[in-house]
Amino acid sequence: MSEIEKIKSQYLDKLDKCSSTDDLNIIKNELFGKNGLITNQFKFIATKTENEKKSFAIKLNEIKIILQEKLNLVIKQIEIEEINKKLSKEKIDVTLPERSFKQGKIHPVSQVIDEISSIFSEIGFSVAEGPDVENEYNNFTALNTPQNHPARDMHDTFYLSEDKNLLLRTHTSPVQIRTMLKGKPPFKIIAPGRTYRCDSDQTHTPMFHQLEGLHIDKDINMGHLKGCLNYFIKEFFEVKKLKMRFRPSHFPFTEPSAEVDIGYDLKDGKIVIGEGNKWLEILGCGMVHPNVLINSKVDPSKYQGFAFGIGIDRLAMLKYGIKDLRSFFESNYKWLNHYGFDPVDVPTNYRGLSR
Amino acid sequence: MKFTTKWLKDHLNTNKNEQQIVNTLNRIGLEVESINPIKNELSDFIVAKIIKAEKHPNADRLKLCDVDIGDKNILKVVCGAPNAKDGLLTVYAPPGSVIPKNKMKLEVSKIRGITSYGMLCSESELNISGESQGIISLGNKYKNKVGKGYFDSKKENTIELSITPNRPDCLGVRGIARDLAAAGVGKMKQIKSKKIKKNKKKINVVIKKSKNQSCSIFGSCLITNIKNQESPKWLKDRLISVGSRPISAVVDVTNFIMLDLNRPLHAYDLDKINNKIIVRESNKNESLNALDNKKYNLSDGMCVIADESGPLGLGGIIGGTSSSTELGTKNILVESAYFDPSITRKTSSILNLNSDAKYRFERGIDPNSVEIGLQKAADMIVEICGGEVSNFQITKTKKFSKKKIIIDNKFPSKVLGIKINSNEIINILESLGFKCQNKKNNINVEVPSWRPDILSKIDLVEEIIRIKGLDSIKSIEPEKKRIHQTLNYEQKHFHLAQRSVAARGYLEAITWSFTNEKINNHFLNNRKINKLINPISSDLSVLRSSIFSNLVQKVKENIDRGEENISLFEIGPIFEGKNPGDQIINVCAISSGYASNPNWNEKGRYIDLFDVKKDLLHTLYELGTEKNQIVIETTNLPNYYHPGKSGNISFINNKNNYFASFGELHPNIINQLDIKTNSLIGFEINLDKYVKLKQNNKKYKVNYEISEYQKSERDFAFIIDKNIQAQEVINLIKNVDTYLVKDISVFDLYEGENIPNDKKSLAFKVVIQSNDKALTESDINAVSNKIVKIVEDKTGSKLRS
Repeated sequence: MSEIEKIKSQYLDKLDKCSSTDDLNIIKNELFGKNGLITNQFKFIATKTENEKKSFAIKLNEIKIILQEKLNLVIKQIEIEEINKKLSKEKIDVTLPERSFKQGKIHPVSQVIDEISSIFSEIGFSVAEGPDVENEYNNFTALNTPQNHPARDMHDTFYLSEDKNLLLRTHTSPVQIRTMLKGKPPFKIIAPGRTYRCDSDQTHTPMFHQLEGLHIDKDINMGHLKGCLNYFIKEFFEVKKLKMRFRPSHFPFTEPSAEVDIGYDLKDGKIVIGEGNKWLEILGCGMVHPNVLINSKVDPSKYQGFAFGIGIDRLAMLKYGIKDLRSFFESNYKWLNHYGFDPVDVPTNYRGLSR
Repeated sequence: MKFTTKWLKDHLNTNKNEQQIVNTLNRIGLEVESINPIKNELSDFIVAKIIKAEKHPNADRLKLCDVDIGDKNILKVVCGAPNAKDGLLTVYAPPGSVIPKNKMKLEVSKIRGITSYGMLCSESELNISGESQGIISLGNKYKNKVGKGYFDSKKENTIELSITPNRPDCLGVRGIARDLAAAGVGKMKQIKSKKIKKNKKKINVVIKKSKNQSCSIFGSCLITNIKNQESPKWLKDRLISVGSRPISAVVDVTNFIMLDLNRPLHAYDLDKINNKIIVRESNKNESLNALDNKKYNLSDGMCVIADESGPLGLGGIIGGTSSSTELGTKNILVESAYFDPSITRKTSSILNLNSDAKYRFERGIDPNSVEIGLQKAADMIVEICGGEVSNFQITKTKKFSKKKIIIDNKFPSKVLGIKINSNEIINILESLGFKCQNKKNNINVEVPSWRPDILSKIDLVEEIIRIKGLDSIKSIEPEKKRIHQTLNYEQKHFHLAQRSVAARGYLEAITWSFTNEKINNHFLNNRKINKLINPISSDLSVLRSSIFSNLVQKVKENIDRGEENISLFEIGPIFEGKNPGDQIINVCAISSGYASNPNWNEKGRYIDLFDVKKDLLHTLYELGTEKNQIVIETTNLPNYYHPGKSGNISFINNKNNYFASFGELHPNIINQLDIKTNSLIGFEINLDKYVKLKQNNKKYKVNYEISEYQKSERDFAFIIDKNIQAQEVINLIKNVDTYLVKDISVFDLYEGENIPNDKKSLAFKVVIQSNDKALTESDINAVSNKIVKIVEDKTGSKLRS
């Protein structure tokens, strides 16, 4: 065995046994230091004959690489062991509480408005708006409810002027008038918003939310109304089956008018929509009265269509099992936190309504 | 409107049961509101059980009983009966009930210092027998009837309908029968009338012609020599069955006919009428003592039925006491008239007076029912009270012409979306009393006089589908086609702002658009006060001028409830004026308490201005506005903030026109509202203004350049006048070289030791980098020197060495 082969086998052996950084540094120095064994061997290259020179140099290089690789391998091993040793002393109690963060919430009424908008967006409705303060004409007269008509008794109105011309809108229906006066048919809108009636008890609040729907075109008939509402209610409650009942009713601004009931059942005190034999009234609707179209500068001999109005708060109560209407407006922090929705939980028609 | 099936069958031949009738009523738009067992004067008396009978603490002969009256209700009742004892089943009379024997109405009362809720009854008191020795002792078979009525009530129900205002004809049982017959529930019966002899007695009747004359038909007859008395049982039962109180035969008959035929009548004591009947408009100085025992001061132009002495009653609304009938009345005048709906309504709303007659006349009474009403009244009164009837005298000032409507026979199909042919149209309409003539493409329809609501062809379509059934309409699937965007530009920002503020950790509240005036005054900031004429309560009397007005109250309520850390926001309208459109969509957020609670790992820190400023800027950023597009201003601050700890935000290209503000709420407001908080800080965004002023984000993004070259950081600390704002210095540094100065941050603010009182030390870290070359030390020094020179020159500050 040549001298360098000896060095190789001797030091591979030494490296195998080495277990500390200090030992390793000594070995490293013995091999590759200024006077290291391998360093010195390189100095011998010049003393070799021309014949030996080349093969010795190749051999020496090979051995140098082998030893260096082995050395690096051992360094890594020792480092891993040393980190592992250190880790065993670095244990913390990860069950301690995390740093606090604030979790904001969207009010259930706002969430439901977004759900409704998402559903109606899919079937081509746009969102329209109107002011909370209305004049008597838009809120009543234009909607075929003349002064001194008993139908006005159904609305306990908040007034802002002694002459009763300025008022807080009692329903979202004046948005129908504003929308039609502003544009040209066809109209296909929904209008969610705040509405006001001078009424306050267990089931009534002086302010509440309504959703108005309006679809006017050349030949929109009552079958379209049924289809639209059926689609909406099914999508909203996220049920496949739905029992729906249209009962004739009367609203001055639609004719024929109907009230819509949906079938439900009570299971463990909770309302299950789409099953059972009980009926729940949820909205009023009908074909827009020709007088309303005339008052909105739309020709009723050319255009017809439907309108509907739904109580948004009530829909939210039904869908999310909220019992007390008044609690919606009390701003109780615990209530808002409990019934509110995560702001990133945005209902969309591609994602669906619920997470 | 209440009725019973028994009453219904006076007008309708039917073999349908109550449930089938109820279902049909709902189906044809006569909504059934409730079905309840008929109440009579005996239904109040219920079976009860004495749980415990003890001696009355203040009376030897009386007992104090705990009485179980069913539904887990136990009441204290004082009782004098010797047989009252634990476990006894007996009969209980609640407060409000009338004891049959002595007609005494029970009230909650104190008996020897102990409150007694009702009474336990003897047989004598209930008119069952003469036994008055003790209270009724019921056998064991009543054991399971505690809480139930003692007297067997017949199984008959009162059905209550909620009649929509367009259907006055259904405010009489006959109208309901007619609708049911049309819907196939049975066949109508004819109204029978007796032939009675009439005499020529007469009183003069004049309808004064005037512009606002409400009365256009006044029909009357005199019935003389009657013996007014208690009504026969059948009539009393009828009235009781629908919740009406029997009074005397004459009054009961008029009430019965109103409920039966929807024909309001009024009976006057003829002997109390002075000479003649004058139907005229009232004068301002007149008044009426009405049958509801109230005195009404009339104004000009109300319709009164008067005699030569003055008003006898308000036409179509209420009669007066001066001419009212009594049990001793001998001669009467029966009135059957027509009054104008809207004038009737106007008068009653001025006087705030409601009556069954008014309810009917304001909805429209059949003008052709005047004579039928008189006939039926004469028949019934003569039958019960005897007497002689005069000829009917009917004075008319207006002709009611028959309403005619032409309907294209395809029109119903076009509206309803189902095929309905002429025959079906005619059948339905005729079954409701319309007269139809079939022409080629049209049907000529004559509207019955009892349907004031039918004015045009669309009204006929409603009648047709109401009777045919809405369930015959087939649902048409909606088309999934979108022409317009769902949300417009402003609505998108509303949606974004709402979600963005919530994502900062705020809970969304929805509060009333009106608020407490006193609190609102703190947040007016020069806006007008907008008062409601009829607020629901005195502390909700104005439209809100700022959402803060409500949110501060909600924060206070939550703090009082024990909440510590509160972050609330609301997005919605605030009001600048009383006209439609004088409103602004505002975002308002408020925070109180800790930003981070004290915990195992950190000291607690209260929310401060810069937490809230961060939330506001983060929201603006999410709405599409970056920091370099806006400027913070401290002039024209809203006066509800701490004047030294608040700011406004404007766009940099539109200064002094702020769209948002933030700050600590004014300590005086917190103090006056007594809000117990260490920090109350909020912000507001005028969203309408913001959206109007902001640049549309619909544009290509500016090309982004990445510098390949090394960046350098230099720190500068200036001793600077306290009044100089950081933003100003940052702008100076930025403008030294907008190309090379890439970023500036404030890393230290120091006031105190070693610094003069009116100065502060403000330290900035500036990143200097070029996009197209490696900067040399001298390049960087050149920029640094310029920064120092400009800041020192412009602000009079000194670089700290």
